Amino acid sequence: MATVESKAPASSGDLKIVKDATCTFCGCVCDDIDLTVENNHITKAQRACVLGKAWFLNHEIEDKPSCLVDGQPATLEEGYDRAAKILVAGKYPIIYGLSDSPSEAQRVAVSIADWLDGTIDTTTSVCHGPSGMAFQGVGEVTCTLGEVANRGDFIMFWGSNPAESHPRHFTKYSLMPKGMFLPNGRKDRTCVIVDVRKTKSAKAADIFLQIKPRKDFEALWTLRALAQDIELDANRVQKETGIELAVWQDLMERMKAAKFGAIFFGMGLTMTRGKHANSEALLALTRDMNSHTRFVAKPNRGHGNVTGADNVVAWRTGFPFGVNHNRGYPRFNPGEYTTSDTLANGEADCGMMIACDPMANFSQPAREHLGSIPYIALDAKETPTTRAAAVAFTVATYGINTGGTVYRMDDVPIPLRPAFESPHPSDLVVLENIEKRVKMLRGVQG
Amino acid sequence: MSDLIKIYGGSVYDPANGIHGEVRDLWIEGGKIVAQASDPSAPVNRTIDASGMVVMPGGIDMHCHIAGPKVNVARKMRPEEKRRAERVKRTAITHSGTMGSVPSTFATGYKYAGLGYTTAFDAAIPPLAARHAHEEFEDTPCLDKGFYVLMGNNHYLMKAIKDNEPQKLKAFVAWLLGSAKGFAPKLVNPGGVEVWKQKQAGNVHGIDSMVDHFDVTPRQIISQVSQAAEALRLPHPVHIHCNNLGMPGNWETTLESMKALEGRRGHITHIQFHSYGGGDGDENTFNSKVVPLAAYVNSHPNVTVDVGQVLFGETTSMTGDGPLGYFLSNVYGKKWFSGDTEMESGCGITPIKYKNKSLVHALQWAIGLEWYLLVEDPWRVVMSTDHPNGASFLAYPQIIRYLMDRTYRQDVLKTCHPLVGKRSTLADIDREYTLSEIAIITRAGPAKILGLKNKGHLGPGADADITVYTPHENKEIMFEMPRLVIKAGRVIVEEGEMRESPVGKTLYVAPEYDLELEPDIQDWFEKYYSIRWRNYPVDLSYMHDPEVVGMRS
Repeated sequence: MATVESKAPASSGDLKIVKDATCTFCGCVCDDIDLTVENNHITKAQRACVLGKAWFLNHEIEDKPSCLVDGQPATLEEGYDRAAKILVAGKYPIIYGLSDSPSEAQRVAVSIADWLDGTIDTTTSVCHGPSGMAFQGVGEVTCTLGEVANRGDFIMFWGSNPAESHPRHFTKYSLMPKGMFLPNGRKDRTCVIVDVRKTKSAKAADIFLQIKPRKDFEALWTLRALAQDIELDANRVQKETGIELAVWQDLMERMKAAKFGAIFFGMGLTMTRGKHANSEALLALTRDMNSHTRFVAKPNRGHGNVTGADNVVAWRTGFPFGVNHNRGYPRFNPGEYTTSDTLANGEADCGMMIACDPMANFSQPAREHLGSIPYIALDAKETPTTRAAAVAFTVATYGINTGGTVYRMDDVPIPLRPAFESPHPSDLVVLENIEKRVKMLRGVQG
Repeated sequence: MSDLIKIYGGSVYDPANGIHGEVRDLWIEGGKIVAQASDPSAPVNRTIDASGMVVMPGGIDMHCHIAGPKVNVARKMRPEEKRRAERVKRTAITHSGTMGSVPSTFATGYKYAGLGYTTAFDAAIPPLAARHAHEEFEDTPCLDKGFYVLMGNNHYLMKAIKDNEPQKLKAFVAWLLGSAKGFAPKLVNPGGVEVWKQKQAGNVHGIDSMVDHFDVTPRQIISQVSQAAEALRLPHPVHIHCNNLGMPGNWETTLESMKALEGRRGHITHIQFHSYGGGDGDENTFNSKVVPLAAYVNSHPNVTVDVGQVLFGETTSMTGDGPLGYFLSNVYGKKWFSGDTEMESGCGITPIKYKNKSLVHALQWAIGLEWYLLVEDPWRVVMSTDHPNGASFLAYPQIIRYLMDRTYRQDVLKTCHPLVGKRSTLADIDREYTLSEIAIITRAGPAKILGLKNKGHLGPGADADITVYTPHENKEIMFEMPRLVIKAGRVIVEEGEMRESPVGKTLYVAPEYDLELEPDIQDWFEKYYSIRWRNYPVDLSYMHDPEVVGMRS
């Protein structure tokens, strides 16, 4: 296992400071948090945002068994055995989640899916999956967040509300930093926010454009047309987008005049009408803008290591999510092998849910089917998903109790520095033990 | 303790030790080649009859793209080529995977091993993403691996050059290699990628163009980094992707880049892409300039090259050369990825297809072959396709056939665009490679150029990485399916069947540097990077089986 300090310092009553700890609450993956730890409690989380503070300061070790089988306390060994038997007995096993686990654990999860000839999918399929599909269509012009901090003089957020979802995005990466080519920080940047409602982020913007709901695609194509000096019917533009053509024209002038523009987009774009077509329009607009100046785009990813999940699944299978191994080799088909579909279609006959809560947030048919099949759940907390699991493991929390590697939303890999040990096993340890048994039962020696 | 193995009766090609096809017995013990068993009474675990076979050291790919952010983006971006590609099914000892031009990690390891290759170096890793490359390496079995660290557009490096502070530069190169746990300094379009980050279609246009804001030239970067690398005595001093890749008329930039080394050792990579005459973007003027460039290489022993052979078919272009990616995406009009890494590097990816009826593509194919055939000393030219840029590494057996069989070569040339014969010298070259020369350009030579003392030969002390081939008149058939592949003393492939899939070692360097200069690097780092100083260096826990390669004496 790879990590800077993979084992947390042994707990003692002493006060302890963990410097440069990494917060895994959101895709910003801030790695500059100084934690004060007293008696296995984090009492201070310096530099953490409101979400990060809640993540660190409210962290409690669950006072419940590390393993429950059929709702009853069991030893870990019993849990591993039962978990492996359930998975091996299935004809259509699915493994889902992964976005709140370190990449080391994600790798083992993909191995298990491979040995089972099973299906592996991540929470990407319900957040930025459409962006992943759009990426396969047109590509992406992008950069690491430090490039935006040092060069970005035009910053646009589309269907994304970082003030509430990624609170340090503005201060650490996109708006406030004084960068190499932006000595005056915020004063050197123009901020534009496009959304269907006036979010809390809107007040950070120099220009806020409230477009009509479900009209992101039309708005983006308006900009694409203007980027290429195509004449548009002003009445129609206003009718479709809810914004006057002159406003779009002014925006395009500003975009062309920028030296380095960046567009961050969120689920307000990817999960509304149009889905991957919206993401594709935004990525294509960014590409078009590179005929005029430098422009980049970046999805604002939510979960701490959802980007790592995309990477690990891709390097091992060739595809980023929604991968089926039923024929003994990886196949990719979003809409067919994605978990909300394998469940709602009643295809999966057993599963493993890793650090995710489909019982709380999937559609009713999907939840009903999941409730009808035996499955294993791994989570640091009790959730509707762990409650209905045949085998439920309470695992240590990554970044607080265990080490490993996390990929920030811009694909930068960052090590974790745990604060204190948990009595519960890490998801890596649980998955390794399940893998060992699955391999034995399936006759795998590799 | 691994097995004691004896391989007897084979025709051994071990050019590093002056052995050219003589029948010799080989002993393997503890994963190494030994002169004889340490205990003559010890039972031999396996005796391999190699009578009538050809025995060579394991192949070494010194320039390929197999791991890290760029490669993985290409995997994500190209689902369309995987369904109709060969299927890599899971077995009782191997993982499943996908092929296409950018295979998944496990498939990459198995396929290299299947060709008799046991060592490979990824050519372009941004140090900020080094951890990612190491993680993929652990999932890329059967190979010993290392990578080159992108630094030709690094801000600190350019500033140290501008400020004329060679001691700082030397310390920085060492610190950066050590932080990334990388193997060698890599310059990609030195200076040009930084200009790309600054403005629309930005690039430098020659070796003496000034890099905006940093006030240095590519020539200064090449010269100063090669000096620092020499002072550090790095095993592979500097690996250079020249400016102006792919542009008609770029041969002069390439020549000047070699001159910028001023006699110091340096490796010019995928030189095929840098050997073009013509100009003004006019396809009709495009021609080969291998003759004058090879003449320079032939008379300058400090310069080594690998080819970057193009073969006809579909593939994916991937490069740390951001402006090149932009150029190619405009030429081909396909999907395009560009990714800039703060303070360090860029990246461009786009699908491409090389066609034999295209004059430019057919010339690129011919120019690659000219390079193999016109460099007189095989120790200084290395086989590469710049996988997957020119073609997949799976094309190596085909290239061997082109080099060993001039009739085949000429027959294929006849199917190409008719002007290729006039714009290159390929039609006039009779040279055919011998098996010894093939062993040099695929194993012994790259090991020597990389400073790997335990690789590329079969003398006592060498890593027991060995490939046994069944001779065949058609050299493509001979080299595409070895009879046996041995990695660190274990038989991993027999007749195309995987027997074992060890993870393999990570090869890296740990040069020493003046620690008093580190605070200056830290000050710069903390001012501009988006991650913390302490979270940047990769520690040893990321490396499965690390091996430090020593400095040159």
